[in-house]
Amino acid sequence: MTEKINIKTFEHLVDLAALALSGEEAVYLRSELNNLLDAVEELAAIPLDKDLELTARGVPYTEATSPALRNDEWAPNDHPEKIVDQAPQTNSGFIVVPDIPHINLD
Amino acid sequence: MQLCDLSAFELTKKLRVGEVSAVEILDSSLERIQAVDGRPGTLEPGEITTEDEKTVHAFITLTEERARQQAEAVDQKLAAGEDPGPLAGVPFTVKDVYCVEGTPSTAASKILANFTAPYTATPVARMEAAGAIMLGKVNLDEFAYGSSNESSAFQPATRNPWNLDRVPGGSSGGSVASVAAGEAPLSIGTDTAGSIRQPAAFCGTVGLKPTYGRVSRYGLIAFGSSLDCPGPIARNVTDAAMMLNVISGADKHDNTAATLPPEDFLEKIEAGVKGMRIGLSPDYFQFSIPDPQTGEYHLQPLPEEIADRVRQTAEVLASLGAVIVEDVPMPNTRYGIPAYFVISRVEAASNLHRFDGVKYGYRTPEKLNDLNKMYRASRGEGFGPQPKLRILMGMYVSAAQYSEQYYQRALKVRAMIRRDFEAAFDKQGKYKLDALLTPTTPSTAFPIGDVYGDSVLMQYADQLTVPANHAGIPGVSIPAGFDANGLPIGVQLLGPDYSEANLLRIGHAYETATADDAWRQVKPQVLH
Repeated sequence: MTEKINIKTFEHLVDLAALALSGEEAVYLRSELNNLLDAVEELAAIPLDKDLELTARGVPYTEATSPALRNDEWAPNDHPEKIVDQAPQTNSGFIVVPDIPHINLD
Repeated sequence: MQLCDLSAFELTKKLRVGEVSAVEILDSSLERIQAVDGRPGTLEPGEITTEDEKTVHAFITLTEERARQQAEAVDQKLAAGEDPGPLAGVPFTVKDVYCVEGTPSTAASKILANFTAPYTATPVARMEAAGAIMLGKVNLDEFAYGSSNESSAFQPATRNPWNLDRVPGGSSGGSVASVAAGEAPLSIGTDTAGSIRQPAAFCGTVGLKPTYGRVSRYGLIAFGSSLDCPGPIARNVTDAAMMLNVISGADKHDNTAATLPPEDFLEKIEAGVKGMRIGLSPDYFQFSIPDPQTGEYHLQPLPEEIADRVRQTAEVLASLGAVIVEDVPMPNTRYGIPAYFVISRVEAASNLHRFDGVKYGYRTPEKLNDLNKMYRASRGEGFGPQPKLRILMGMYVSAAQYSEQYYQRALKVRAMIRRDFEAAFDKQGKYKLDALLTPTTPSTAFPIGDVYGDSVLMQYADQLTVPANHAGIPGVSIPAGFDANGLPIGVQLLGPDYSEANLLRIGHAYETATADDAWRQVKPQVLH
């Protein structure tokens, strides 16, 4: 079978996915990815019923089973420090990250 | 028989009449864990020794102190004449994909290894509010991406208590192994393609995937958000029903949790199956598997031993008065896995973007001066191969230029799978089924190392369970005997939306009718 994901496409995907991969890992993942795409080829041949709608769920949401939408109201968290403390690097309640790539506008 | 081998139902009875205390029950469970579990999974396990091959390794984190405090609180309530709750004193384990406040909540991934949850998932909170005693967090495939537990970043991975050279199944492998080995009568797992039912079948336990929305997903580390179902794992059907009573119901923290009135799943569990219509479908007695050489798919019949157990189960149910309806067509069953390959990867990729080394979890120790480089390094070092593969696959098949060919097509196939079930369960239709009886898995537990690494072949372990996830309907796997190698065989009951009570009732009828069968007296290898 022809490879759907060549090295160039793979590298583009890896870049979009924000993943740094070792060479060995890249070889394994690209090969598995092509195998997976072969495995889903079957989908293309399935005759689809004409009246099918695109639904992203199995069980329908009905009024009887779904809660009403909540109002968009803010409420303070009792222990924000518990959340912030999870961050790998913090300073005075702020989360610290390396430089955010940016362009200086004149 | 020790206390830890008793069912949750029996334990609660003994506790309430003062025959045992919650602390005594806890000690019995801890003693069993000490005897059979071996060392817990860790990120740096060193060499896996021959000693390691003799134990189960269900746990990642044992929370003994927390458990003892809870057990003492239950005993104090009983002494004060207060109601300690419907599951008071019953030990349970939690698949480590649920957040539990103050405990490491790892998803069996390096990227969350240092994460201590700041809040507790709704189903776990409900268990604890009902008086159940959490023993700790148990192993799984990394982010629940697998069917064998081998992909966990925390090794040694869980082994099958019935045969320690075999996988326990997955992804809820630690949950199921802990229940099968008598460490706890109950565990809470999750099922996205079969991750409760498949390991339940492999380890000879009951595993229930409720209807999508029956149990809140709040506090569950998400995999496929339109497919994920939290559910009970138990040693018998009654215990699963008791647990579902506690964990189900609407939740203000999860708008996809159904707002149905509370239901008592024990109420009609003993009502029997007289007049119930139970279907068999030829489409569940075959399975397709890719040829390792050519990659081509061949439909082949199920192993005779498994098919026989399903037919024998049908005969038992018929002898109890059920109407067995044969030849129910479920033509789209075989497309469940290809559609799942697409839908689950798209949802997984989306859910995995939040792990970035910024807000919580792992950040690369490398000092990098660029945020994008930090993201890439943290994710590259933190994720194992399965999450990486799922991100890449999910992004590819949902990309604008391929979406129609893959993602949108898969969603339509999903709708066709749902239609198969709607036709079978339609009360005005040809079959009018209350439930469909199927095998749970196309094989029994496979040897450790046999399938791992082949992501396509591994997924096919779920092909008889995944249609229920696409359709959202409930399914339960119950033990139905053993194969010639002494490995458990599970049979599956599938029903219409919110029909858990009926499925449990059928399961209970079968369990009662076969209670004295010789195969039910056999104990797992690890308890010999």
